[in-house]
Amino acid sequence: MSGPSLMDSLFQRTLEDLIKGLRQQLIGEQAFISKALEEIRKEIKSPDLSTKSTALLKLCYLSNLHFHDMSFAAFHALEVLSSPRFSHKKIAYHAISLSFHDSTPVLLLITNHLRKDLTSTNEFEVSLSLQCLSRIANVDLARDLTPEVFTLLSSNKLYVRKRAVAVVLRVFEKYPDSVRVCFKRLVENLENYDPQILSAVVGVFSELACKDPRSYLPLAPEFYKILVDSKSNWISIKVLKIFAKLAPLEPRLANRVVEPICDLMRKTGAKSLLFECVRTVVTSFSEYESAVRLAVGKIREFMVDEDPNLKYLGLHALSIVASKHLWVVSENKEVVIKSLSDPDPNIKIESLRLVMAMVSEHNVAEISKVLVNYALKSDPLFCNEILGSILSTCSRNVYEIIVDFDWYVSLLGEMSRIPHCQMGEEIENQLVDIGLRVKDVRLELVRVARDLLIDPALLGNSFLHRVLSAAAWVSGEYVEFSRNPLELMEALLQPRTSLLPPSIMAIYIQSAFKVLVFCLHTCFVRGGSTAGVSASASYESFDDLSVENGAGSTVAHGQTCTSAPITNESIVNLLKLVELALSPLLGSHDVEVQERARNLLGFVDLIKLEALNSSGQEENDSEQKGVEATKIIRLVHDAFSKELGPVSLSAQGKVPVPDGLTLNENLGDLETICSDIELPSSNTFSFGYPSEEKDVSSFSNLQIKEDSGQSNESTSLLAEHRKRHGLYYLPSGKSEVISNDYPPANDPALQGDNNDTASDLVKLTAESLVPKRKPNHSKPRPVVVKLDEADEKPVAVKHPESRDDSLSGAVRDILFGSEDILPTSSRSNLPSSNRKGKEKQHMITQVESKENVVGDGNSSSRRRKDHSHGKERRHRKKNAEERNETDRKEKESSSNHPRRQKSRQRAEEPLKVPPQTSVIPDFLL
Amino acid sequence: MIHFVLLISRQGKVRLTKWYSAYSQKERTKVIRELSGLILTRGPKLCNFVEWRGLRVVYKRYASLYFCMCIDEDDNELEILEIIHHYVEVLDRYFGSVCELDLIYNFHKAYFILDELLIAGELQEPSKRTVARLVAAQDSLVETAKEQTSSITNIIAQAANTASL
Repeated sequence: MSGPSLMDSLFQRTLEDLIKGLRQQLIGEQAFISKALEEIRKEIKSPDLSTKSTALLKLCYLSNLHFHDMSFAAFHALEVLSSPRFSHKKIAYHAISLSFHDSTPVLLLITNHLRKDLTSTNEFEVSLSLQCLSRIANVDLARDLTPEVFTLLSSNKLYVRKRAVAVVLRVFEKYPDSVRVCFKRLVENLENYDPQILSAVVGVFSELACKDPRSYLPLAPEFYKILVDSKSNWISIKVLKIFAKLAPLEPRLANRVVEPICDLMRKTGAKSLLFECVRTVVTSFSEYESAVRLAVGKIREFMVDEDPNLKYLGLHALSIVASKHLWVVSENKEVVIKSLSDPDPNIKIESLRLVMAMVSEHNVAEISKVLVNYALKSDPLFCNEILGSILSTCSRNVYEIIVDFDWYVSLLGEMSRIPHCQMGEEIENQLVDIGLRVKDVRLELVRVARDLLIDPALLGNSFLHRVLSAAAWVSGEYVEFSRNPLELMEALLQPRTSLLPPSIMAIYIQSAFKVLVFCLHTCFVRGGSTAGVSASASYESFDDLSVENGAGSTVAHGQTCTSAPITNESIVNLLKLVELALSPLLGSHDVEVQERARNLLGFVDLIKLEALNSSGQEENDSEQKGVEATKIIRLVHDAFSKELGPVSLSAQGKVPVPDGLTLNENLGDLETICSDIELPSSNTFSFGYPSEEKDVSSFSNLQIKEDSGQSNESTSLLAEHRKRHGLYYLPSGKSEVISNDYPPANDPALQGDNNDTASDLVKLTAESLVPKRKPNHSKPRPVVVKLDEADEKPVAVKHPESRDDSLSGAVRDILFGSEDILPTSSRSNLPSSNRKGKEKQHMITQVESKENVVGDGNSSSRRRKDHSHGKERRHRKKNAEERNETDRKEKESSSNHPRRQKSRQRAEEPLKVPPQTSVIPDFLL
Repeated sequence: MIHFVLLISRQGKVRLTKWYSAYSQKERTKVIRELSGLILTRGPKLCNFVEWRGLRVVYKRYASLYFCMCIDEDDNELEILEIIHHYVEVLDRYFGSVCELDLIYNFHKAYFILDELLIAGELQEPSKRTVARLVAAQDSLVETAKEQTSSITNIIAQAANTASL
């Protein structure tokens, strides 16, 4: 009966066999492993525990190093765990901590095993189960095993106790209520003189303090003592971490601690401890000038060290200082810049961050120049790192640091020409964004865009396509700033554009449309004498616009006409060019491209038929037709010339819902309304009625950048509809503008009312939204349109996890709580506001009780002062001093004064005694 | 705290993994793939720290093995280097000039030694001698148990043999 299992156990492969086999297999690793797994599945069911445990061990190996699922063995692991043999237990615990997780179904069954082993007399078994608990603890386990862990916290076996201390952290995390039980004992262990225990406890507190430092302020005196007395660098590092968290919360504590830390920094020879001191000072003691200077000195030593590790850490520390003391970075500018060409990419990135931290509006140009040069020389990865950080730094907070936008725009152009540049998308966004936000830069923007478009070589680089699409859009949208629209047109329609992906091709075509309309408009409407009274309105607004843009652009405007006079002849050529370039695209597979090409060609046909023939040759005859064509051109041009403003993400939300409009109501009755719309019957090709042109154009702005002719048609319908059924549209009035920070970007009524259009709007918003900062530069910074809410990055409000809350809550309860919870351990409490007067009294009783206890031995585990040594006296005084200092806050009584001074003098003693650091055996280095 | 410990050979073979934070099996493979790509490609004279997913990985190469530990952003990197070195020294002492093969064939022992050194992602035992003593004590416990097993199986095996005869 026991036959097969016996045979199994006799001929079972051991782990070593498995490993050897795996290394020598000829059938392929996967095949070998699946065969081995098959064996294991069989063996693990064997009733013999040795066989089972060996199988489990092999499975662990496969799971651990070859990542095979071992969850099927969860129950078997528990079976092995129940073995009385240590070797089996060890394997089982190993398997469990490797494979169990919170949703393992048999997790509940392990509680009793763990409990049994936690109370075992064999310290190694206890240690194993503690180790396992630290890994797999969940709420239930933590709750059920809290009593056992509590007992172990005062175990007299050091080996067990230190492990129990380390595990407490996980138990607290999972089950915060255990704090009420265990916390006091944990604190007692702080007084332990065994460095291992101390190290474990301090480790736990440094982790706890990371999450919620405030709760542990009352323990500061203990930590201080450890900091001053510690002979182990491991412990000192952890205590420093704790102080780095506590000091910012309590300035008096920082005052006390900063000196010992500086001492430590001067004396220690261990680099790790030294670095920890430096980091503590620069993160948490940055207002102590002398300490920072000392730390900066050390940082400099680090940075010029041969060891790349120290160099890296030095730069890293410097970047921490940089946030508060920028002078430090400027002082070390040479080293930082030099590190940009370090062979180590990590060091390079760190120094790049530092360089970016130095950037301000005064030096942004120089730094960018240096960096772009570096980018040209470095490998693709770092090159893009540099470009990315320039882009993000410059665009930070809506281009806060940019004063000279002309320079920045040309920098963008320059960056996109760097061979390795892959930041196309970001550059695209910024080009468009700047175009929308900064009016004054559009002239330069169009120039940069033209340079990019006109270069046929750039079309071959797929990383640049996004940049080109932005350039195309910019040149179409702001074509009125162009010196030579005809040239632009040629660039947009050049044959190599076939290399572009369809979506960008579509933008090119649309931009070509805009440019064409602009050319026609200049030629026929502006240049021609036919501009009637009806056209003057839109005409004026356009002029207003350019006047608003300042003298520069008006001059440019003049140049447009002079440098590249658009004659009828050139128009004819232009139309021919369009037809030539776009007719192949009519068969494009991409709907977007096809549709836009059709739009444009349709428009060209229309113009050619109606305008060119007539106005070119027999003016008197077809005057009527010419007017018709001009009208069309003007309409389309108006549609394009309206400005697109940046729209706040929350703009929609700001439109108040009018009274009586129920948004959730069934819209079925709309059908009846829709049915009585009469289709405008004037023309087959209608761009809307002249009388409504304002509405048309402003509505078209609501469309995204590339509104096409067809959308114009539909918007004209919409406008018509609006006129009839104004009732169903959102009311728009002045009151809205006043109530909102930013008026809905393209509010039709608003724009209709104020004829001077968007420019005033921009001014209005700029006044209210651009921060009061008035940089006094020779060249005034152009206005940057800013939308307060949309531009602030949506910061996800981080709620600390409830678990942490309850954890720190529990800790606070213990530490700050009422005396009756902790009658004896109040010494550890710095006075909290609710205990004022009692403080002194307590202190005295404490001192007394301590004196009684001296030499008392380990009689009571509940008492905290049982570890009294000769040193105790000194510590006590220090503690008393510490309390006194805090006392001062509570009540400023004169009687307290002399004593405090005295105790301070005494307390200073231990600091003056040359700390024993010189004789500390240096464990760390 | 230390989130995990990895030993990766120069060829990218994993020699040991120990996880102190919760990572699912899938994440573990992903982490190892990412990190070996990140670390093995680094040249010899560069710094020993790599930033990774907002954490920091400290690695050090000993012969053909990379010892990697992943820590929080504000942990002390140099300290972790010390811990790695400490671990290597303990291994060296235990195996007697340790080499990669030792760790391959005694992978569980390497674990047990690590368990003595670190618990819950914190350094537990800074003394090499103590670790050696503790590991030896546990080894002897295991050995006595093993002897018993083998003797018992022997007895049963003999019994089975006689029975079958």
